[in-house]
Amino acid sequence: MTSPSSSSSASPATARPATAGGAVAGLGRLATRPWVGSWLAALVVFGVTLALGSGRSQGAGLIGAALSFGAFTVLVSLGQMLVITTGPGNADLSIPSTIALSSAVSMIVMDGRDAMIVAGLVAAVAAGAAVGVFNFALIRLLRIPPIIATLAGSLIVMSMAISFGRGLKIKPPPLFSEAVALRVAGIPLLALVALVATLAVAVMLERTLLGRRIAAVGQNERAAALAGVPVERTRLCAYVICAALAGLTGALLAGFSGGNSLDQGEEYLLLTIAVVVIGGTAVGGGRASVPGIWGAALFMFLLVAMLNASGAGPGLRMLCTGLVILAVIVLGGSREER
Amino acid sequence: MKAATLRTALPAFALALLLATVFWKQPRAMSYFGVNLLLNLAIPIIFATLAQMMILAVGDLDLSIGPFISLVATIGATLLAQQPLLGVAALLAAVAVYALAGAVVEWRRLPSIVVTLGLSFVWLGAAVLLLPTPGGTAPEWLSEPMAWRAPLVPLPIWVALAAAGAGHLLITRSAFGTLARGMGGNAASVRRAGWSLVRLRAGVYATAGLFGMLAGLLLVAQTTSADANIASRYTLVSIAAVILGGGEFTGGRVSPVGAVLGAMTMTLAASFLTFLRIAPDWQVGMQGLILILVLGLRAAIDRLESRR
Repeated sequence: MTSPSSSSSASPATARPATAGGAVAGLGRLATRPWVGSWLAALVVFGVTLALGSGRSQGAGLIGAALSFGAFTVLVSLGQMLVITTGPGNADLSIPSTIALSSAVSMIVMDGRDAMIVAGLVAAVAAGAAVGVFNFALIRLLRIPPIIATLAGSLIVMSMAISFGRGLKIKPPPLFSEAVALRVAGIPLLALVALVATLAVAVMLERTLLGRRIAAVGQNERAAALAGVPVERTRLCAYVICAALAGLTGALLAGFSGGNSLDQGEEYLLLTIAVVVIGGTAVGGGRASVPGIWGAALFMFLLVAMLNASGAGPGLRMLCTGLVILAVIVLGGSREER
Repeated sequence: MKAATLRTALPAFALALLLATVFWKQPRAMSYFGVNLLLNLAIPIIFATLAQMMILAVGDLDLSIGPFISLVATIGATLLAQQPLLGVAALLAAVAVYALAGAVVEWRRLPSIVVTLGLSFVWLGAAVLLLPTPGGTAPEWLSEPMAWRAPLVPLPIWVALAAAGAGHLLITRSAFGTLARGMGGNAASVRRAGWSLVRLRAGVYATAGLFGMLAGLLLVAQTTSADANIASRYTLVSIAAVILGGGEFTGGRVSPVGAVLGAMTMTLAASFLTFLRIAPDWQVGMQGLILILVLGLRAAIDRLESRR
């Protein structure tokens, strides 16, 4: 993607201000955090959407919707972030198929009975994790680049989803539908689930051996291997966590939209990559940005809401989404430099 | 046989095997008309693959080629038929945007995946704006040549030969192709030799845009009408075809002849399955399986290569 010898002026040196002038330096440091851009962009879009809407009373509703839909995006994007962080060329393109498979599995296991909710969720996560292992086996055994491996694998997984859940759209148990639509003190339960997952991933990345290994492998695979990091096992974990999160999302999506369907996860193929990158995670790997996932997920939802509020048709909406993504990326500058 | 020879022969072998199976299952396909029918769909895919190959040659990845071809097809079915001058201007503008994207990728050192991802929304949005519902009509001067009964072998074969020849000349014989491969292999050394990387990457992207334009025009010439999502599949198919044909993700190593063969193999893989009477549920999966099999074979050859 980029040449190893980078000489452009934007250097990471600004990230360490020499003058430790209290609050000013704190602000300066904040401004250089990779996730700040996505949050600012989300805020701006939120403001514009409200200004376009008729009244201020819409604000709470808009935030609620953004948190609900953003929660799904956050859950899948966290996994994609881990995979992308393990190094250049790593990305999981099988997320839509995994979601299709796991939503079918979860609905079949739950079978509309409240007592089986937990079992269904576990089955969905297990189905996801199995896809993760399968993906990694393809990458490893056939030495195929991950993008092609997960793509080819996803075709097979999609076939399994088709033959598994064909023709039957099973309704989720009533309790499950209620739970995914539940709000605790005004905040969607789904958002809280996503928040817990986010905190878990953040702690994992910062405080655990696995997290540090994921970053190390992404920064320099050879150096990591020489330092004794089990490179392949680390990557396996990233792919399995990613697919398991997609599996969980599949079950939740099925509950949220009243049943499983094959195209439920389609949008997450490109959306997760966009969210991860806009959120400030290095595309070349080695540096994850957890808070940026939330900022970018909310931004992407609010952007569509804003374009809807302004009365744009589907064509114009897509055109503008593309232009805004490009603008954010180009203005956000080269984040890949280390 | 040498590993390198095996590696080059693999895409041809895969294609031959698929063709042989189809002919064995359905001997009537082994005719001028049958082959024409089997490979007709490959014509646009061949050029989509060449476009993707240009981008992969410099170590980038283009996630927007499918939507771009859709946009070209919608322009072909609307503007080009109604207001030819405006249509040509729109096509050239789209190619210019491609070149600009290449320049921006180099200038801002941005990951191509993300830039082309954003671009794909732009193309799709523009296509939907032009043609909100499937329809339109391709101009006659575009669609009529596609019905041409070529001498000796069917038209798709001639197109494949021409595309492979032109691609080969461009990539391995021209200065531009050599520079592009050089940039994919070692950009720093190309820059040190005094070349402008921004201009070079813009040129590569523009060439990809031109191939994409050809693909879109040929596609709309075949179908005679368009739809904003007509070629969205092509993004993944083209990547798979280049890799199948011996290309590498790391840049610098691509094979135009292999890419053309890869494109034909990917096209045939889809119809191959209907000949085998595989349950429709598993057709998608079989396509994945064929891809995995061929790549697995190549991995084995690579291992053979590295052992020496």
